Amino acid sequence: MFSTSSLREKILTRITRVILLLCLSTAVQAATNTENKVHEYKLDNGLKLLVKEDHRAPVVVSQVWYKVGSSYEHDGKTGISHALEHMMFKGTKKYGEGQFSRIIAENGGSENAFTSDDYTAYFEILEKSRLPISFKLEADRMRNLALKKSAFAKEIQVVKEERRMRTEDNPGAYTYEVAMATAFQTSPYRHPTVGWMADLNHMKVQDLRRWYKTWYAPNNATVVVAGDVDPKQVLALAKKYFGPLKPENVPTPPQEPEVAQAGIKTVVVKRPAEVPELLMAWKVPVLTTSRRPDSGVAEWEPYALDVLAGILSGGDSARFSADLIRGREVASSLNAGYNLTDRLNTVFTVSGTPARGHTVKELEAAVRAQIESLKTEPVTSQELERVKAQVVSGDVYQRDSVFYQALKLGLLETVGLSWHDAAKYVDRIKAVTPAQVQQVANKYFTDRRLTVAQLSPLPMNKSAAPPRPMPGGMNNVR
Amino acid sequence: MSAKTFLALFLLALAPLAAAVPKIQHWQTTGGAGVYFVELRQLPIVDVKVTFGAGSARDPKGQEGLSLLTNSLLDEGAGGKDANAIAYEFERLGAQYNADAGKDRASVSLRSLSEPSKLKPALANLRLVLGSPDFKKEALDRQRNRLLVAIRRKQQSPGALANDALQAAIYGDHPYAHPGEGTTASVKGLERKEVRSFYRHYYTRGNATIAIVGDVDRERAEAIASSLAGALNQGTAPPPLPAVPPLAKAKEVDIAHPSAQTHVLMGQPGTYRGDPDYFPLYVGNHILGGSGLVSLLFKQVREKRGLSYNVYSYFYPRRRTGPFVAGAATRSKENGETVKVMKRTIDDFIRNGPTPEQLQQAKKNITGGFPLKIDSNSDIVGYISMIGFYGLPLNYLDTFTSKVEAVTVKDIRSAFQRHLDVDRFVTVQVGPPASGESAP
Repeated sequence: MFSTSSLREKILTRITRVILLLCLSTAVQAATNTENKVHEYKLDNGLKLLVKEDHRAPVVVSQVWYKVGSSYEHDGKTGISHALEHMMFKGTKKYGEGQFSRIIAENGGSENAFTSDDYTAYFEILEKSRLPISFKLEADRMRNLALKKSAFAKEIQVVKEERRMRTEDNPGAYTYEVAMATAFQTSPYRHPTVGWMADLNHMKVQDLRRWYKTWYAPNNATVVVAGDVDPKQVLALAKKYFGPLKPENVPTPPQEPEVAQAGIKTVVVKRPAEVPELLMAWKVPVLTTSRRPDSGVAEWEPYALDVLAGILSGGDSARFSADLIRGREVASSLNAGYNLTDRLNTVFTVSGTPARGHTVKELEAAVRAQIESLKTEPVTSQELERVKAQVVSGDVYQRDSVFYQALKLGLLETVGLSWHDAAKYVDRIKAVTPAQVQQVANKYFTDRRLTVAQLSPLPMNKSAAPPRPMPGGMNNVR
Repeated sequence: MSAKTFLALFLLALAPLAAAVPKIQHWQTTGGAGVYFVELRQLPIVDVKVTFGAGSARDPKGQEGLSLLTNSLLDEGAGGKDANAIAYEFERLGAQYNADAGKDRASVSLRSLSEPSKLKPALANLRLVLGSPDFKKEALDRQRNRLLVAIRRKQQSPGALANDALQAAIYGDHPYAHPGEGTTASVKGLERKEVRSFYRHYYTRGNATIAIVGDVDRERAEAIASSLAGALNQGTAPPPLPAVPPLAKAKEVDIAHPSAQTHVLMGQPGTYRGDPDYFPLYVGNHILGGSGLVSLLFKQVREKRGLSYNVYSYFYPRRRTGPFVAGAATRSKENGETVKVMKRTIDDFIRNGPTPEQLQQAKKNITGGFPLKIDSNSDIVGYISMIGFYGLPLNYLDTFTSKVEAVTVKDIRSAFQRHLDVDRFVTVQVGPPASGESAP
C-alpha cells in the first residue's frame, strides 16, 4: 500500500522518468507456448541477435546489452561503467552531441539506458518501421564514441548529482550500499554501481576510453528486438548495420570469488533519518554457479530459494504480511529479495521497517523465527500452490509488455545464462518440493553466511543552522 | 552527420503511421455507473478497474488521510473474510489486486486470467472487497500505524518534503493542498466512524466508473459490470470541488534539511481536464520540460551546466485546475544558479513560445510515439478509466494525434501566457541551510 523505501536500488537509469521494475523473481519468467518463439542468430563478428515477435501493436523495442557493469570494475575505478553509459549519449565522430536523442525524438521514439552490477543496456522503443534508425545509431556508438574531455567534465558532475540524489540523500539506499560493502569482502558485488564518490572525483576521460575499447564490441554485445517485426528482415538489418563492426579481444569477465565468511557480520549505519530499517543478507548461490560441475550446488537449489522468497513475501497472504505485518504487527513493511539470475553468487535479502512501538532488534528476532520455522517445518502445499499459481499467471501477464519480453531475454544472455532459461523457468518452479525449500533453508540461512545491517536514525538536526532569509517571502521551516 | 544520412533519417521520420486505436464501447449500468470496455482477445487476460470520485480532495477538514486510509482498508477484511483469506483467494488464482488513491480519484483494480475457473472467483472476491468491507478496528489500527510510519519516512526525503510544500503553497485552503497521506495529527484522529462514512458517501454506484479491458465479449463484460455495480450502494456523484483561485503573488518557501542536495520545485495552478487549452499546453510543455533528454530545461540545466541529474516540467491536469510543476535537484551552492536558469528558461518560453522547428520536432515525437502509449492492455485500461472518469470524448484517443498536429506556435504562446507567469510562481527549496546565498 504505502510507498516503502527501496533498499535495493541496483539499477541506475539515465533519467528517472523511466521506471524499471526489475523484480528478478519475475525477470526470468517466460511463456512456454510456441507463439513465444525466440529467433536466435549470430553474426560473423560475434554479435548475438535475439528476435521475439509480438504483433499486437505496430511497435518495436530494440535493446543493446553489453557484458559489463560494476561487478567488472576494480577498486579505485568504481562507477566507470555507469559513467560510460552517460557518455554514450554525448556524441560520436559522426553524430555530434545531442544528435542521437534528437533523431530518436523526432522519430517518435523513447530511449534510455540502464547499468547494474552485471550489465549495461541501451534501448529505443519506436513505431515498427523505424527500427533501422535504432540499429544505425546503436551500431555507430558501439565503436565510434567521441568521449571528449570537455563533455566528460560536465557529465561527471551530473553523475555525482545522481549519486547524491539516489544514495547520499536516501538513508535506506545508503544503508544498502554499506551492507553490500560489508557482506562482500572480495566479490566485486561490494562495489556500488554508481561508484564511490572518491572514485568519481578522480575519474579521467582516459579511463573511460580504455574501458570503452575493452568492452564495447560486437562480440561482447547482444541485440534484442521484440515487437511487430519479421525476424528475417531484422537479421538483414542487423547484418547491414552491425555486421561491418570489428570484433575486439574481450577479456574473460572477472570472477573474484568471495572468500568464505568466518562468522556473522553486523554493521550499524547512523544517518539523519526518521525511520529505522533492518537489512539481513545471506550469501547464496545463483543459477550460473549451480551449473559449474564442482560447485556443490544442485541445479534445483536456486529455484527453491526463489520459491522460498515467494513463501515469505510473494504477496499479501505470504508469511511476512500474514504473520509479521498483520498477526504480530512487528513490521510496518518487510520484503524478501533474491535474484537467481545474478552473474555471481549473491545475497538473499530481507529488508524492512519495524512497526510503530517496535525496535529493529525485535524485528530481527521475528525474522529469525520465521527462518527457523522454514528450517524445521516443511511449507504447506497450500502455500506452495499459491506461489506456483502466481508464477504461472505472472508468466502470462508479462506478455502484455513488449519491453519486458525483450528485457528478460537480454538479461539472461548477458549474465552467462541463456534465453532458453526463460522458457524453463515455470516448469522448474513447478517442480520444487516442500522438502527442497526446507533443505535450502537449512543449507544457506546460517549465521556464517549472514550480514545484518541496521539504519539507526540520527536526529534530522533541522535547527543546526538558521534558515536563510527569503526577501518578500515566507519562511517555512518544517 | 552527412547530408545523405540526414536525408535518409528524415524521410523515415515522415513515413505514415498505422496506429490501431482501441475501440471503446460505453454504456451505463442500472443505477448509473459508467462502463468503458475494450475487447482484446490476443492474450488470455482480463483487467477490471473501478474508479470513484473519492480522492484526497474529498477528505473533510481535519481528517486529511481519510481517502487513502479508506482505500487501503477495503481488502483488509470484507464480508466476514479476514485480510489473509482475501489475499489468499486472489493469489491462489494468480490474480492481482491493487488499490490506489490520488487527489481526484480512488480506485481498485483486478488483473486475472480470463479462464472462467479463475476469473469468476476472482471477480466474486473483488465484489466482496468493493461492496462489503468490514473496516474492523484491528485492521484500522494497523493500517493507521503503517500510514504514520509512511508519513515519518517522508520527513527524511527532501524530494517528498519539497513536493508537499509546493502543493500546500499553490493551493492554500483548497482541498488539493494537503498530501494524500494526511498529517500525523490528522491521521491519529481517524476512527471507524469516519472511514465508514467516507466509504458510504463516495464508494457508490452513482460515483463509479468501471473500465474493462481484455479477453471477454460484450455480453460477459456487461455481466461483470452490473455484478460489480450491484455490490455498491446507489449514491450520487458528489458536489463539484471548489474552483482553484489564481495566485496573487510569488511565494518563496525554504526548508532546512540535512541533505547533500537542494531540491528545487516551482510552479502554480496550471490546467484542468477538458481545458480547451490542453493541447497547446501539453505540446508546449513537451518542448519546455516534458521530453526527457531533448527538452529545453534538460539542455539548459543538465546538458549545458551539469547542475542536476533530473530536471523536468509537467502539467498535471485534474478535475479542477491541477498544478504546473518544474523541478530539479542540485548540489549545495548551486541552488541559486539552478533556480535562475530554470526561471529564465521558462520565462523565455512563455514570452516567445517555441521556434517552428522545435514545434515540428515535438509533433513528430508525440505523434510518432503515439502507438507506444497504447501498446498494452494495462496502458489501455489506464486511458479508458481516465476518459470515463473525466467525461472526455470517447474519440479522445482517435483524435489525439490530429489535435496535436493542429497546435501552432501562436496557440502555445497564447496559452502559456494566459496560464503561467513566473512572477507569481511558488518556489520551494529544501536543502542544507548554508547553501542559499545566491537564491533570488
